[in-house]
Amino acid sequence: MSKAIQKITGTGVPVRGNDIDTDRVIPARFMKCITFEGLGQYAFYDVRFEADGSLKDHPFNDERYAGASILIVNKNFGCGSSREHAPQALQKFGVSAVVGESFAEIFSGNCTVMGIPAVTADAEAIESIMAAVESDPRGEITIDLDAQAVTVGRSRIATSMPSPQRLALLNGTWDSTSVLLENRALIEATARAIPYPNNFA
Amino acid sequence: MAQTLFDKVWDMHTVATLDSGQDQLFIGLHLIHEVTSPQAFQMLRERGLSILYPERTFATVDHIVPTDSQARPFKDALAEEMMQAIEDNTREMGVKFFGLDSDSQGIVHVIGPELGLTQPGMTIACGDSHTSTHGAFGAIAFGIGTSQIRDVLASQTLAMSRPKVRRITIDGALNAGVYSKDIILRIIAELGVNGGIGYAYEFAGSAIEALEMEARMSICNMSIEGGARVGYINPDDTTFEYLRGRPYAPKNFDDAVRVWRGIASDAGAEVADHVALDAGSIEPMVTWGINPGHAVGVSGEMPRVADLSEDEQEGARLAYQHMGLGEGDPIRGTSIDVAFIGSCTNSRISDLREAAKVVRGHRVAPGVRALVVPGSKQVLRQAVDEGLDQVFRDAGFEWRDAGCSMCLAMNPDKLEGRERCASSSNRNFIGRQGSPTGRTLLMSPAMVAAAALKGEVADVREMTS
Ligand code: SF4
Repeated sequence: MSKAIQKITGTGVPVRGNDIDTDRVIPARFMKCITFEGLGQYAFYDVRFEADGSLKDHPFNDERYAGASILIVNKNFGCGSSREHAPQALQKFGVSAVVGESFAEIFSGNCTVMGIPAVTADAEAIESIMAAVESDPRGEITIDLDAQAVTVGRSRIATSMPSPQRLALLNGTWDSTSVLLENRALIEATARAIPYPNNFA
Repeated sequence: MAQTLFDKVWDMHTVATLDSGQDQLFIGLHLIHEVTSPQAFQMLRERGLSILYPERTFATVDHIVPTDSQARPFKDALAEEMMQAIEDNTREMGVKFFGLDSDSQGIVHVIGPELGLTQPGMTIACGDSHTSTHGAFGAIAFGIGTSQIRDVLASQTLAMSRPKVRRITIDGALNAGVYSKDIILRIIAELGVNGGIGYAYEFAGSAIEALEMEARMSICNMSIEGGARVGYINPDDTTFEYLRGRPYAPKNFDDAVRVWRGIASDAGAEVADHVALDAGSIEPMVTWGINPGHAVGVSGEMPRVADLSEDEQEGARLAYQHMGLGEGDPIRGTSIDVAFIGSCTNSRISDLREAAKVVRGHRVAPGVRALVVPGSKQVLRQAVDEGLDQVFRDAGFEWRDAGCSMCLAMNPDKLEGRERCASSSNRNFIGRQGSPTGRTLLMSPAMVAAAALKGEVADVREMTS
């Protein structure tokens, strides 16, 4: 069983913009690999580096946010490709939770099975968190899955998360394989009851 | 009670309800490719697990394969390493693999249907977001991440939350020169790239029923671009006739058809949301921006940022900046450098036929690099039998081997610098076609052909009469 995740504390890094797709989180050319190790250096690669390798203006390059573990984003983050390479690159870069206005479904699902909470808050709340982090990058942020809230400095902001994902993290069942395998007899019974695995007999 | 296909198929495959409240769903068909699977095999090995139903997983290679020469070892050492990984993994774990030496190799979403693996009433998962393609057969098909591939390999099941169903009804007849690609681009433009989050899209109506299977696949393929992880069409005689006689189609086909008829949505089945569109109002569509929702009809103008909703403005500004196009300008006449016909959206034989009709007897405009990449070896053979390869070659197109190619440029086919590409693929994200500054305009294959000949975005309706 995976470990139960109730609270995550760390500093934040805001990455502004709606519809940031997983091609932007990690360009396809860096997926030529057979393990996820080492993907962290490629997170947001094309928006962080010029063709000659020099740095662009991007929060992930900004010294003020060095060591941040909580990524703050806007709407429909992680849309596009189902590549788990995207949350893997973020995690290897140091991200352990994401707070945003909304997430693409496959992306938030991928985060959950990796033990990365992806929690949502309304646009106004996200703006206030981003502004707080920008003015005080060393300020501590706490995501509390049990209380469904984010604390930033003295303010406490309500968050939400689809209940199954939240429970999986809180119960420590987010690494789903063992949970699924517990029902092996039921899996086999289901397979016997569906027409096509049995040649429509 | 009247039920949708979605509910019937979901219920039939539900193994249990988990403590988290998610359903544990049995996966009838699991497809894998070389990019998202090696890490899943690694995780299985680390945990000492094996594949529970190896006969329910099928593998192919598509993303990294070069399309000019497929000689081994590949020039790209990383691509070669990935190739060897999937060869080794499938051999060791007993998974059927359609590799480069198989005459069935091709893009995973092209070969599933072609081989008759994809069938109505199935649940289908693949580590690729365009798995929604297979919904064209009345299957519930969706993309998954690598850890979920591990789950399917280990348990043949997934922990899933049940989406709601939105029915999108398209009635009426499509005008000449308008294709299913245009239908889906229009739907995404109207409902937005995140409008489908939390929904499975059921495409219905007389215009959908009139489509052949390949055209239906293009629509379901892009439901994910509208945020809907699942898109499906109720199976009918067109579906069954397509499947009859395919290598993996059921042997007792008539029994299967009886079951398949029963899984279609019942008349009067309620859905959570309903949207309707008149087929006759749809024009050939072209994207001007950096997500598939940034699309206009070919005779239209690109929107002015100020006219868009507040939510869309920032994305549109970034889009104009990246694309170098002017708000309020007509999209028609936008110059292009590259024309790409291919991808799991539009690389099937009917796509190539439609494009060839436009191309026949003409020449690609000077300075335009144009290529056709068939979706599978079977499509390639069929096209050669029909002489389509020659039509394209005579016009100045490059004719390639099967693969994903310039849809995401993990192989050597890439845009260079700021090149602008008319593309029959499904994503115009920044950098998608291999150059961080490259620019993509999505459209139907016939429209790509028209753009290739003119060297600019053109209205195919004026070129085929
Ligand atoms: S053709 Fe493009 S979208 Fe389709 S599977 Fe290949 S890379 Fe993905």
